Amino acid sequence: MAAPMLRWCYLGRRWVLACIDGGSRHGRGAAIGFTSSRKRGQSSVAQQPLITAQKSRKGEHKWAAVVGLEIHAQISSNSKLFSGSQVHFAAPPNSLVSFFDASLPGTLPVLNRRCVEAAVMTGLALSCRINKKSLFDRKHYFYADLPAGYQITQQRLPIAVNGSLAYSVCAGKKPSQVITKTVRIKQIQLEQDSGKSLHDELRSQTLIDLNRAGVGLLEVVLEPDMSCGEEAATAVRELQLILQALGTSQANMAEGQLRVDANISVHHPGEPLGVRTEVKNLNSARFLAKAIDSEIERQIHELENGREILNETRSFDYKLGCTMPMRDKEGKQDYRFMPEPNLPPLLLYDTASLPPGADPQQVINIDWIRERLPELPSETREKLVQQYGMLPEHSFALLNEVGLLEFFQNVIKETRAEPKKVTSWVLNIFLGFLKQQNLAVNESSQSPRSPARSSFTSGESVGRTDQKQGACCWSASEKCHGPEPSPVTPAALAELLSLLDRKAISSSAAKQVFEELWRSKGKTPSQIVSEKRLELMQDEEALERVCHAVMEEHPQVVMDVKRGNSRAINKLIGLVLKATLSRADPTVIKEILEKKLSS
Amino acid sequence: MLGRTLREVSAALKQGQITPTELYQKCLSLIKKTKFLNAYITVSEDVALKQAEDSEKRYKKGHSLGDLDGIPIAVKDNFSTSGIETTCASNMLKGYVPPYNATVVQKLLDQGAILMGKTNLDEFAMGSGSTDGVFGPVKNPWSYSKQYREKRKQKPHGEKEDSNWLITGGSSGGSAAAVAAFTCFAALGSDTGGSTRNPAAHCGVVGFKPSYGLVSRHGLIPLVNSMDVPGILTRCVDDAALVLGVLAGHDPKDSTTVQDPVKPFTLPTLTDVSKLCIGIPKEYLAPELSSEVRSFWSKAANLFESEGAKVIEVSLPHTSYSIVCYHVLCTSEVASNMARFDGLEYGHRCDIDVSTEAMYAATRREGFNDVVRGRILSGNFFLLKENYENYFIKAQKVRRLIANDFVNVFNSGVDVLLTPTTLSDAVPYLEFIKEDNRTRSAQDDIFTQAVNMAGLPAVSVPVALSNQGLPIGLQFIGRAFRDQQLLTIAKWFEKQVQFPVIQLQELMDDCSSVFEIEKLGSVSLKQ
Repeated sequence: MAAPMLRWCYLGRRWVLACIDGGSRHGRGAAIGFTSSRKRGQSSVAQQPLITAQKSRKGEHKWAAVVGLEIHAQISSNSKLFSGSQVHFAAPPNSLVSFFDASLPGTLPVLNRRCVEAAVMTGLALSCRINKKSLFDRKHYFYADLPAGYQITQQRLPIAVNGSLAYSVCAGKKPSQVITKTVRIKQIQLEQDSGKSLHDELRSQTLIDLNRAGVGLLEVVLEPDMSCGEEAATAVRELQLILQALGTSQANMAEGQLRVDANISVHHPGEPLGVRTEVKNLNSARFLAKAIDSEIERQIHELENGREILNETRSFDYKLGCTMPMRDKEGKQDYRFMPEPNLPPLLLYDTASLPPGADPQQVINIDWIRERLPELPSETREKLVQQYGMLPEHSFALLNEVGLLEFFQNVIKETRAEPKKVTSWVLNIFLGFLKQQNLAVNESSQSPRSPARSSFTSGESVGRTDQKQGACCWSASEKCHGPEPSPVTPAALAELLSLLDRKAISSSAAKQVFEELWRSKGKTPSQIVSEKRLELMQDEEALERVCHAVMEEHPQVVMDVKRGNSRAINKLIGLVLKATLSRADPTVIKEILEKKLSS
Repeated sequence: MLGRTLREVSAALKQGQITPTELYQKCLSLIKKTKFLNAYITVSEDVALKQAEDSEKRYKKGHSLGDLDGIPIAVKDNFSTSGIETTCASNMLKGYVPPYNATVVQKLLDQGAILMGKTNLDEFAMGSGSTDGVFGPVKNPWSYSKQYREKRKQKPHGEKEDSNWLITGGSSGGSAAAVAAFTCFAALGSDTGGSTRNPAAHCGVVGFKPSYGLVSRHGLIPLVNSMDVPGILTRCVDDAALVLGVLAGHDPKDSTTVQDPVKPFTLPTLTDVSKLCIGIPKEYLAPELSSEVRSFWSKAANLFESEGAKVIEVSLPHTSYSIVCYHVLCTSEVASNMARFDGLEYGHRCDIDVSTEAMYAATRREGFNDVVRGRILSGNFFLLKENYENYFIKAQKVRRLIANDFVNVFNSGVDVLLTPTTLSDAVPYLEFIKEDNRTRSAQDDIFTQAVNMAGLPAVSVPVALSNQGLPIGLQFIGRAFRDQQLLTIAKWFEKQVQFPVIQLQELMDDCSSVFEIEKLGSVSLKQ
């Protein structure tokens, strides 16, 4: 799930109002956040980056793209939305199916309290208005993995409405040009997941796995306030972090816990919005931005060639890198919505409206949930910036990798090294090694509120596929094997940085030690330093002797320096370093060399 | 023994006058003898025997589970019964054996009741005659009663006697016939628009529809979720109250059941009705109402009045919109509820496998009868985006008005409403099928289905025999969740009218080949 996208944080005032201000947590700020985000949304059309089609002959027509998202997040819950069946990823097919999930006649839905709480929590975290009364509806369509012939959802009156989500994108080439954008959240609704269809083309049969059927989903509808793939991908990533921080969804795209549909249209600024298409099943972080951008390009290309955009459903073919019409979605779908008669209205309370003597097991108090909201990613980043003087982009990077923040905090607890040093080591060297070797931050060091990745098995993560095309919409290039945890513990890195901090070793030696830590588990940095004799040379006379010897051996370089080639001294420093097996401090070497050269 | 009421036979079991297995054997042999009534789809002979033996052991040890222990009962074949085929009288569910018991069935079994079998109905409970099931129509036991036969002999008819058999009403006709023919002591029906009360009236038994939300629907294969209620058919009001006491209460598996605890109760015997106010809804004086029923309705009102009750005319002004409103809401929910029958997880599946869609279409074509398919079609029409506002939403609003009519009447001080249950006494099958199912349902539900719209309790009590010698029932409608009060008044009324017991002696004499052993002629409701 590596999403190495650049994200910059701009703590503008508007952003603060909408998202960080504690006031919004207590209801007061919600309206402010909403108003401000609406202004944002309205103006965003004008602010949208203008895209010029590559082959625009006259090159005069500017296009603006409008992107809205529907995101389905699987609720992290032990049991399903309306039945007591367990929820596990990659369980044997049809092993987690209750009579209700299989739609046996006469069975009735019973709402799972945990799912409702997760929806309220998510709604509050996204500054939504929580509806104290919400309703369930049936959405009808025939599909083999939808046993009842309808999905129970919240079409008319969802549990949460009118929220906002702030995210930051890089606007230019310089890191300073960052923009915080806000996308309005239309609504959050509770609904059931469907089962999975596995199409066996060879035997022309379809196998149905109902383990997922009835699992609780949060459908988060983002208004069309985005204008390109990267914005959409960044907004999704931010939502993912929020869900993970809340613990309301593991939001692991590879396991299908976060699925995205995008509504896309293009138009000329100042003109009415264009006809939109829906690109379904964008279930891979990697292809999300790409799919949206390719659809935008396709629409512009079509229009510039005098063709029309059809209001249709498309899917992204990751092999071809473009979107294709979904043939089984042809024709007008009428879902024949109807109120779900077996579920009474879902009533929520706040402390003021709580009926006296109500059984706490039977009622949900919004205020109670609000008071217990965990820290959100935006707040965490803010704190990092405040506490450690960290650059905003570094705070983003720390939160972006599961467990990395916790790792960072554990290192900083145990070392006297400068926070900036720690940040740089964690983000550059440590994270670089992890990425290079496809490893995860050590499992045991993961924050409890960023749920552990459960291991997933290859072959199980088959998404819903287009029956006729037979094209699997699930990204096959998502990693199929869970990364191993990192062999370097926070304590080891802390010790290493402490050695560096008190100048016991040079920074290049430190890198050697780090590599050694990676290879030989169990050894401490001190052990490695003494075994490999990497201690910094404290004997200045000895160092002077080495310098002298190097100058003797390289008279040409010495001449260069004396002729005024200031860069040549670096060559001498390097040679001395090499001679000392990197055990000397380059600044000290430079001092000695300069003294000798000027004498 | 078989003619006794549930309470009486329960006392006989406790006193050891009869054992559960003996009672079971008697009922079973009567079920077999009355097979031609077609009241049962499945007779769960072996399971019931085991239950009877278990009950007998309990009685021997003195550990009876209560009033229902050892009592033979029957259940309409749209309640899920674990291990026993549950068909809804449809090809779609032929051979479907549910893996679980409906809550109401489980509650009866937990009390030691003996489940004799599953009773016949209109397919998926869609009908008012019990004539439209895949297993054929149910015959009204009164067709073979001495009372009816004697009246018929006076009229010179050239037709064969047997072709004149009467319908039971429906859709719980099998349950009503099973209770009327003494093959069990209580039966479960379901009531969506009158499906329990209508056959009860035609078969001369008590048919009770509890308040919506008082009794769990879990396991009842739905017709209209927002109106369906498990119904109770018994030979007297006291028995219905006894069964209600067992069934009522919150079910964690049905979110629409009331949370408040319901305690078991015994109906008090009312001696004074002078404090009661009985409402007579003027809109129920329909032109189609037979003069006989109208006359019994008046007599009943007079009876209350003469005993000191206040009897007033009341108005339920939106009654005339009820049937068409019901049609929209019912078909819409039917269209939705029937979507699950696609041949994949359970039930019928056709042989066509060219595509999933073709399989769905053929499966549903083969599995459902015309009535069901017709309702699915109209329901889907009403739910289409372009029609939803004009039909479904409007119907819901009208439903609210109808419910408010009742609220207003009850708020004005009325305790119960007294109305007819049916337009007339039971009609012969050949007469009944001259009209289609839809027309019949619209006609026959006229007095009963507004109650379902409002979720109120209602009970049909047999009053007297018509000129033809057939039962006529009247309906009492009560306030929501005042089921006990309603039944208390119905019990008083029942005692006043002394409805005659069905005389099946005639049947035995005429059809000696059918009835060989058991002497039934002298059974009496009140021994």
